[in-house]
Amino acid sequence: MQKPSATLAVALLVLGAHTLTAQTFGLGSEASAEEVEAWDITIGPEGRELPEGSGSAKEGAQVYEVRCKECHGDLGAGGDQAALVGKPEQLKQTPPIKTVGSFWPYATTLFDYTRRAMPFEEPGTLTSDQVYAVTAYVLFLNGIVGEEETMDRETLPKVVMPNRDGFVRDPRADR
Amino acid sequence: MGATALAGATWTACQAPESEGTAPAPGPSALGAPVRRYGERSPFEKVARGVRDSKTPEAASSRTPLDETYGIITPSALHFERHHAGVPDIDPSTHKLLIHGLVERSLLFSMDELKRLPSISRVHFVECSGNSGGEWSAKGAPTVQLSHGLASCSEWTGVPLRILLEEAGVKPEGKWILAEGDDACRMQRSVTLEKALEDGIVAYGQNGEALRPEQGYPLRLILPGWEGNTNVKWLRRVKVTQGPQYVKDETSKYTELMEDGQAWIFTFEMDAKSVITSPSGGHAISKPGFHEITGLAWSGRGKIMSVEVSTDGGASWTEADVQDPVYSRAFTRFRMPWKWDGGESVLLSRCTDESGYVQPSREELIAERGRYSAYHCNRIKGWRVAADGSVSNAEA
Repeated sequence: MQKPSATLAVALLVLGAHTLTAQTFGLGSEASAEEVEAWDITIGPEGRELPEGSGSAKEGAQVYEVRCKECHGDLGAGGDQAALVGKPEQLKQTPPIKTVGSFWPYATTLFDYTRRAMPFEEPGTLTSDQVYAVTAYVLFLNGIVGEEETMDRETLPKVVMPNRDGFVRDPRADR
Repeated sequence: MGATALAGATWTACQAPESEGTAPAPGPSALGAPVRRYGERSPFEKVARGVRDSKTPEAASSRTPLDETYGIITPSALHFERHHAGVPDIDPSTHKLLIHGLVERSLLFSMDELKRLPSISRVHFVECSGNSGGEWSAKGAPTVQLSHGLASCSEWTGVPLRILLEEAGVKPEGKWILAEGDDACRMQRSVTLEKALEDGIVAYGQNGEALRPEQGYPLRLILPGWEGNTNVKWLRRVKVTQGPQYVKDETSKYTELMEDGQAWIFTFEMDAKSVITSPSGGHAISKPGFHEITGLAWSGRGKIMSVEVSTDGGASWTEADVQDPVYSRAFTRFRMPWKWDGGESVLLSRCTDESGYVQPSREELIAERGRYSAYHCNRIKGWRVAADGSVSNAEA
């Protein structure tokens, strides 16, 4: 730690002005590429961070039966927890119904969320192949991909969700 | 903040006491309890968060009893909860925060290192954007705990996020950040780098002590005035990115569906809102005469400038006293003396923030956002005082 407060004061002035290229406080340890990779589990909409592995709806049906159906119901129809199947038209119903098929803009989000947060009581226990497969199954139930279609790091980001263009930026920012 | 005129005619604050007791005679008294290391409230006090039965209580919420708290600070033990995969049990000696992505160097900070950095303390509300969601319907909730209890206000202490980002050195192409928690589902949200640099706080303190586990112990993000879900608890990672990541909680949830089928996304700021907390639904006014009307107002766009109160269902409005100090993006306490004449009365409050925004009626809100946008409901709320003194939701 640098000592006197004058150093700190100057540093804070600089901080206020623009982004620094050098560290000011000398705290924090540099993380290795391996550490960052292990922590960085988020899959963005371009799917660049997707892992190796693959799966189809056919395989996913087996995963769904054992790990998902209890809460999300037969064929994604919903049960104690949310329905996973629907069409964009349902967004204009009264009341509207928001599902993966009717509402979610990106298929990568389905993979990311399933991998990190599902099954609810055992999050993080599905293998990458299982996540690809069950993602494919939910997309298949929504009529978005075919039953035999393989989902992997190449194909999943290319899936166009029905409500892809259904979102607009908060217009309150302009008022 | 504006002198308050008593609604109606002249009013004498001092009245003769109803009974004149005599002081008890001095006599033997039992010795009190000894000193103790950590204080607990009196056993006579039973105020509690409201919890509804849920098949998944780890992914549920509990609500602050706003009508049973005083001032502007919510006791940490009564701060509302909203968890998505339970409250993790985190050892601060091993907890680390990773700053990475579009930065010059990826940095890992221990809790000790974070506490060595320059710190800041700020009073801010945190409000779930689903707060008052039931108020979109014609028939709102019966109590203020149910209608508005997903909002609380604390003094937060921590490191400005700007310092951590500048230590890592943000690259010019970095425009957003992703914040991720260390709970079982690794709850995450994307927010703008601009907000992170402006006033984001990586907080370890709440109301003078460490964060409560259910508020993110040992570390959480505070983004003043932005919807609660972005204030990621159990913070473990901040990634600088070019754009938002469209994660589950910023697409399928926490977006507002309009009647044309389009949904607003990245609706971060909480609009100005106020509610009368006393008298409010479920209360009973004992008898006609003096009663203080009091409540809370807050805005995600800065300070509350004024609060008006109506005791006649909106036919006339009186400016309430606003309690100093007024902090930006914080609960603001308002008060208005009131002489209840024993007749039916409908109490309303409406606030204006420093951006000039005025809290809307339900009709105005629906005209702008339809009936099914679910989140960010900040309509004016009414309480009906019946002739028998019982207080209920004005629209029940």
